[in-house]
Amino acid sequence: MPGVVVLSLPPPPRAVHAGSRSPPRGRPGNMAAPELLSDEGYRADGRRPAELRKVRARMGVFAQADGSAYIEQGNTKALAVVYGPHEMRGSRSKALPDRALVNCQYSMATFSTGERRRRPHGDRQAGELALHLKQTFEAAILTRLYPRSQIDIYVQILQADGGNYCACVNAATLAVMDAGIPMRDYVCACSAGLAEDTPLADLSSPEEAAGGPRLVLALLPASGQIALLQLSARLHQERLEAALEAAGQACRALHAVLDRVVRDRLREVTALLGD
Amino acid sequence: QVWQIRLDLHLLNHDGNIIDAASIAGIVALCHFRRPDVSVQGEEVTVYTPEERDPVPLSIHHMPICVSFAFFQQGTYLLVDPSEREESVMDGLLVIAMNKHREICTIQSSGGIMLVKDQVLRCSKITAVKVAEITELIQKALENDQKVRKEGGKFGFAESIPNQKITAFKMESAAVDTNNVEEQAEEIITKADPPSEVFAKPILHTPGTAQIGEGMENSWGDLEESEKEEAVEEEGESEVTAFECEKIETEDTSTMRETKDEPIVLSDSEEEEVVILEPQELPKKTR
Repeated sequence: MPGVVVLSLPPPPRAVHAGSRSPPRGRPGNMAAPELLSDEGYRADGRRPAELRKVRARMGVFAQADGSAYIEQGNTKALAVVYGPHEMRGSRSKALPDRALVNCQYSMATFSTGERRRRPHGDRQAGELALHLKQTFEAAILTRLYPRSQIDIYVQILQADGGNYCACVNAATLAVMDAGIPMRDYVCACSAGLAEDTPLADLSSPEEAAGGPRLVLALLPASGQIALLQLSARLHQERLEAALEAAGQACRALHAVLDRVVRDRLREVTALLGD
Repeated sequence: QVWQIRLDLHLLNHDGNIIDAASIAGIVALCHFRRPDVSVQGEEVTVYTPEERDPVPLSIHHMPICVSFAFFQQGTYLLVDPSEREESVMDGLLVIAMNKHREICTIQSSGGIMLVKDQVLRCSKITAVKVAEITELIQKALENDQKVRKEGGKFGFAESIPNQKITAFKMESAAVDTNNVEEQAEEIITKADPPSEVFAKPILHTPGTAQIGEGMENSWGDLEESEKEEAVEEEGESEVTAFECEKIETEDTSTMRETKDEPIVLSDSEEEEVVILEPQELPKKTR
């Protein structure tokens, strides 16, 4: 049962004066560079600055895996599959005596980007994102309950349109829940950017390519703890708080959506079992 | 046609926090670098050699410097610029790169720590302070280098050789306050009990081999049987050497004597006087 939510938060308090926009920050040499924020305060795809993209999620898409989930954030589509906790495969010596090992793999399908990708996984970016996923989930999953075992999380991007890592984290959270592995809290991830002092939530691919600062935040909403924080491109220190706040709010909004999805799924499953 | 520049970083000694050191090294190297001058006229490109025209520096817009923070105990403790030991026990690491205009260039949190927004903001403030200091240091060093090169003094490695080795582990010597040493020593001596009198009674086993005292139980700790035997042997040997090196006067040798031939001195000891001691009755071994 998909959860469809379009979140529309009130317009930003700062009024955007018509006609006083500074030149658009697009790629140099690109004559038709889209402005990140129009005069009326709309983004390139018609969203408000703090508005998230449409989120559709579904749990339990595969019968064979222990847990699986599929999420769509706008045009970004991610699939996550969880196996575990099970006995250590491969080298038994790597088993941790007091907790479970979380093993992550991140891959992008060859058809996910505009040009066909040669290597779905194994390149450096995939390795780095997989490491970040591993660290995030090792902190969030209650690994102390499963000593000497292994939990595998495989994430695949089917269509990449900005916010790849965030979609992966959200999909993986749902998949881990679907597998019944206990976690401290939901892990919700969202990206945020800045367009002339206005923080933008949930960047799409053209907004990311525009070259402005991009903040990726993975949050545990109940306690407000940050599991992962990454910033690329220059951002003035004064604006950091605003950007963090925007990303935090977006994560909390996403948490509401994911929570709805999980509860609907639970109702569905109990209804099936009941009959 | 474009220029291609390559930056190679070599780590000589890892004592923690390579990221910061590498970022500083990288940006300073790029600021210090000079490329050959070029003139472009339409389609013609002329590259001048260093002899023809002075090489020009790269155009550096800003100098990003990384500062690392190590977190301990779920974010309770925070250490700036962790050393190697601190890094090996830390929970997680937060790296913030900033330039002197207080623009954050990158933030990376890694290691599975859970941070709170306030901690991140606090760290960014600390980073601003550190980066300002470091950028000033870098500017001074670059200016100094430029000046020295013009004047013809020592620069580069030559500058640092007489004072300190680059590859050596340099630690500052700790100052020890020796002002009150004499008084303290006097105090200790007056308070302490006088040492018990020790009488040395060497026991001559054979000519050239003697034993002084019985030795004491090894107080270092529990030794296994084999180690005990070794310890016994070693103690016996040390006693013998002690005997050969010292001239010992005893009280009891005159009273007791055994009827024996005069022992033939075969030792090649370098002592001026060789004192032959009369053997005594062997005391009961208490080991």
